[in-house]
Amino acid sequence: MLHLEYFLILSALMLFIGIYGFLTRRSTLAVLISVELMLNASDINFAVFNRLLYPAGQEGYFFALFSIAISAAETAVAIAIMIAIYRNVRSIQLNHLDTLKW
Amino acid sequence: MNAESVIFYILAFLILAFSVLTVTTKRIIRSAMFLFFTLLGTAGLYFLMGYTFLGSVQMMVYAGGIVVLFVFSILLTSSNGEKLVRLKTGKIFAAAVTCLLGAAIVLFIIITHHFTGAITDAVPSEQLISISTIGHQMLSFDKYGYVLPFEAVSVLLLACIVAGIIIARKR
Repeated sequence: MLHLEYFLILSALMLFIGIYGFLTRRSTLAVLISVELMLNASDINFAVFNRLLYPAGQEGYFFALFSIAISAAETAVAIAIMIAIYRNVRSIQLNHLDTLKW
Repeated sequence: MNAESVIFYILAFLILAFSVLTVTTKRIIRSAMFLFFTLLGTAGLYFLMGYTFLGSVQMMVYAGGIVVLFVFSILLTSSNGEKLVRLKTGKIFAAAVTCLLGAAIVLFIIITHHFTGAITDAVPSEQLISISTIGHQMLSFDKYGYVLPFEAVSVLLLACIVAGIIIARKR
């Protein structure tokens, strides 16, 4: 028995755990890890809506595939930016990144 | 209570436990490893639904690519034994209250909204999407073809490769 509601509850809880990490972390890498949790929760929703509401269609399946590819690309660029920041500032803590503040 | 329900509960418990550990643990390298287990649990959910190709992509791209990238960048940017800074208790409390309120609203909407037509039984695997269907639809121009997003994603990945090299190179 697969229940749609259970999957949705699971992904909603995962999303809000990710938001909690996003709000409480100071390191940019830890913030990025929380963003990955949120993206993962949305991928579950795409697949579950396709599988349990419209099993004949394939839209959610392809959305989840493209979403995984795009989140991988986003992570690669974000990590490149963090390494560049670390070269210049010697820290990736969010409260140390205030050079652009005026 | 059949096998699928049991597997779902085990996976859900593992995913939630590892998600909480991901955002609460003190060391960032452990956080990355807990994220890895969360992503593997999600791949298990896809396998449970019968979407085996999606589960394999999840394992390869997330577990094989992103987590390795995280581990390397953590090793490059943080010193040995460094602990994550904790915010003040008041800020953590405010974030927790925000998340609990948001989760309560979303869960209320999910539980009270009755999804009419949702199937609960397992579809036989030959009726689910097969890998040859995926390949044909990815490169098809027809009504349910995905050649345009496929090409857009390939251009996006190329742009990300170039951007990653340009941003992270030594000057």
